[in-house]
Amino acid sequence: MSEPLPTIVLIGHGMVGQRYLEALAERGATATHRITVLCEEPRPAYDRVHLTSYFSGSTAEDLSMTPAGFMAEHGIALHLDDPAEHIDRAARTVTSRSGQVFPYDVLVLATGSYPFVPPVPGKDAPGCFVYRTIEDLLAIEEYAKTRSSGAVVGGGLLGLEAAGALQGLGLATRIVEFAPRLMPVQVDEGGGAALLRTIESMGLTVHTGVGTQEVVTGADGHVSGMRLSDGSTVDTDLVVFSAGVRPRDQLARDAGLDVGERGGIAVDARCRTSDAHVYAIGECALAVDGRVYGLVAPGYEMAETAADDLLGRAKEFTGADLSTKLKLLGVDVASFGDAHGAAPDSLDVVWSDSRSGVYKKLVVSPDGVLLGGVLVGDADSYGLLRPLTGSVPPVAPEQLVLPAGVGAPVALGPSALPDHAVICSCHNVTKKAIAACSTLAEVKKCTKAGTGCGSCVKVIGQLLPAATDKGLCGCFPFTRAELYEIVRTRRLTSYEEILDGHGRPEARGGDGCEVCKPTIGSIIASLAPTLGASGYVLDGEQAALQDTNDHFLANMQRNGSYSVVPRIPGGEITPDKLIVIGEVARDFGLYTKITGGQRIDLFGASVDQLPRIWARLVDAGFESGHAYGKALRTVKSCVGQTWCRYGVQDSVRMAIDLELRYRGLRAPHKLKSAVSGCARECAEAQSKDFGVIATASGWNLYVGGNGGATPRHADLLAQDLSDAELVRLIDRFLMFYIRTADRLERTSTWLERLEGGLDHLRDVVVHDSLGLCAELEALMADHVAHYRDEWAETLQDPERLRRFVSFVNAPGAPDPTVKFVPERDQVKPDLAVLTIGGAVR
Amino acid sequence: MTVELQVAQGWLTVCELSSLIPGRGVAALLPDGSQAAVFVDRAGRPYAIGNQDPFTGAHVLSRGLVGTAGGRPFVASPLLKQRFDLESGRCLDDEETVVRTYPVRTAVTS
Repeated sequence: MSEPLPTIVLIGHGMVGQRYLEALAERGATATHRITVLCEEPRPAYDRVHLTSYFSGSTAEDLSMTPAGFMAEHGIALHLDDPAEHIDRAARTVTSRSGQVFPYDVLVLATGSYPFVPPVPGKDAPGCFVYRTIEDLLAIEEYAKTRSSGAVVGGGLLGLEAAGALQGLGLATRIVEFAPRLMPVQVDEGGGAALLRTIESMGLTVHTGVGTQEVVTGADGHVSGMRLSDGSTVDTDLVVFSAGVRPRDQLARDAGLDVGERGGIAVDARCRTSDAHVYAIGECALAVDGRVYGLVAPGYEMAETAADDLLGRAKEFTGADLSTKLKLLGVDVASFGDAHGAAPDSLDVVWSDSRSGVYKKLVVSPDGVLLGGVLVGDADSYGLLRPLTGSVPPVAPEQLVLPAGVGAPVALGPSALPDHAVICSCHNVTKKAIAACSTLAEVKKCTKAGTGCGSCVKVIGQLLPAATDKGLCGCFPFTRAELYEIVRTRRLTSYEEILDGHGRPEARGGDGCEVCKPTIGSIIASLAPTLGASGYVLDGEQAALQDTNDHFLANMQRNGSYSVVPRIPGGEITPDKLIVIGEVARDFGLYTKITGGQRIDLFGASVDQLPRIWARLVDAGFESGHAYGKALRTVKSCVGQTWCRYGVQDSVRMAIDLELRYRGLRAPHKLKSAVSGCARECAEAQSKDFGVIATASGWNLYVGGNGGATPRHADLLAQDLSDAELVRLIDRFLMFYIRTADRLERTSTWLERLEGGLDHLRDVVVHDSLGLCAELEALMADHVAHYRDEWAETLQDPERLRRFVSFVNAPGAPDPTVKFVPERDQVKPDLAVLTIGGAVR
Repeated sequence: MTVELQVAQGWLTVCELSSLIPGRGVAALLPDGSQAAVFVDRAGRPYAIGNQDPFTGAHVLSRGLVGTAGGRPFVASPLLKQRFDLESGRCLDDEETVVRTYPVRTAVTS
């Protein structure tokens, strides 16, 4: 008879428990041990770090950390909803709530922590919650349905997450933090102030330096408010306690294991407790450095340590990095190393911009070693700075915190990192290990780097060898700029001819793809007048190349309906035209919204309504605003010197002239512009692809700005230009961009990629260093001379109009799935009718 | 030539082949109230799949762009750009998702 396998009982199936099981599996220990897992929650391990994403659409399945089939494959018995209740160390057994007794040879405690609820009166009233498990979230969500306000006690990491979740549930939300600033553990005073400003600007109310004295209840016994330590009382329907966590060590205490004075199961460097048969890992453990770690990365490291120790391998856990990078309420917050400057004689290098809510601090030693830092509002450099901690950075520290465009900072790339720099701190993966892989998928598979919190993925991307194939897509081995030159010099106007003549061999004769078709459609459209082709995007083969928006000359919205956006050049509109827009919207039941670009969007048109809507608008003198195309959108303006007492030029006239000149110009990316009548910049021209600001003696031209997710201020290209000089420079700039940019590359990224940057651009378009300017101007002149309104053109063509039906076999029938429900006196899509019924999933 | 789709009641005439633009689709309303997206590729071969985009629920697959991947035709949803094989209905970007397909043929107009 063979020896029975030694038995491991794991108590707790959270992220760290699952990591321990995976570490055993990787080391082959699942084949040599019988493993039983006791789990209190009704579901296997899930990603508690991203719990809040449950409210933004993630499902419990998305959050799962347990690969399907993992337990069966490794012969692990997982008991859900059956927590351990008693450990008998003498008999080496664990008894669970259901009464089952599990003998063990090795016991691993991964019981995690529990939320601390301060002992205030009313803390158990209906309406009080903690924020720890999916079940907690479900309970909060249910309770919040009929409530309008909520408060979070605690302004730490999790408190801010919980506040974001409450706001996302539509509650007026306040945060009550006892410390004098938010996130007191991670960020310093300056960072806390930046965070506070940004969070208040999002409409949350923040109380700092204030404690909660009592949860007040109403006549029905439910939460109705809170009394605070400053004597004030605030109304709230719901309270979430997020005032820190405590290690769950009761089971260990009852079993007589050593625990720390302030809690936590005491373990040695190999994660063994005071009983050699028992390990403790993760947030329930008190590590040998005297800390209880409340982060997942140290927990993972302890899981690896305990697994190694079980197999007689030496690995020690003596402490861990407390670095964190999170997006809380949409604000980037990171802290790493000695964030508070606790080391003697340490020096701070600080950049703070309260306008944009950015605060960056680096802590350095007198001899220049980077000790740590705090980043609030812009944590892009975290991935590089954290691995540099402990070494002297290759550039001066101030260059690491200054924003791009100030003091010409050196762009520090990951190549500056030493091989042993830890890039992924969740899984402790070095630069060297990552550099051995060639794709992100391979990195994730071989090293697990990038599969934890995800904050290192950007740096990993920069470490991987650049893809050698610069081709646009699977169909073409050329970049967009190369294809532009092919089309221009060979005067090609047919996609099929381009694909069959210049595509990859395997793609020739095929139907192309959704990447190259619109790209080549755009190239042909922007060169059409010069090539002598029809510029009309729905002509012949061109029609098959367009994305749905261009194909229907309108923007598809989430329920398959379209929005219609007439051009309002410079944002100037007559009362009569405003009335027409209102009448059209009313007659077709459309939702109207004034956009950020000084136009009026009309939402909710069905395909068959589009021509009738255009007809009304065209009759009233409107034309297409090209909201659907990768083309010029709007040129915003302020009122300029005509009305404004500060204006020094007529910004409205210039904006109208520019918008009409460049309307319909197809480009690699949509284009936006603005003209401000004075340096007060009311039109926000510096956030545009090209922006114009009036001076007393002319116009200043800025290029390469953008708003969006990664905003960039535009750079000053030329100053004090006359009207004609301004237009000439913009002509050249736009055509040079259209000619050389990549697909979907905005002017800002194009400018940053351009070798030589702004200086090179200025050489080309101002000083004509490449001798291109006459050609660029001629291309633009062709465009301007051949502009035709696409709406009016489509309306005159009965053949094309036949496409604007919901069903080819029932031209009169509207699509029954495009339905609307009322909201705030207008309509919105009825998403209930979009439930996935017909599809096989 | 007409394009015909096989439904429970038999072959349903959807439209003239000439009214389909190669590389683009049209939507057809079926007798049971459901919708099909009908396409013709560059070579003139017709395809038909369900019109509902399983990722968004909207009935819009007929308005996507047709392409070729690995020698097989696909349509890319116009909303979030997931691609669907026109012959099998399989989503090329998510192996667990499939849309239904319909037998389709061209017939000489009688």
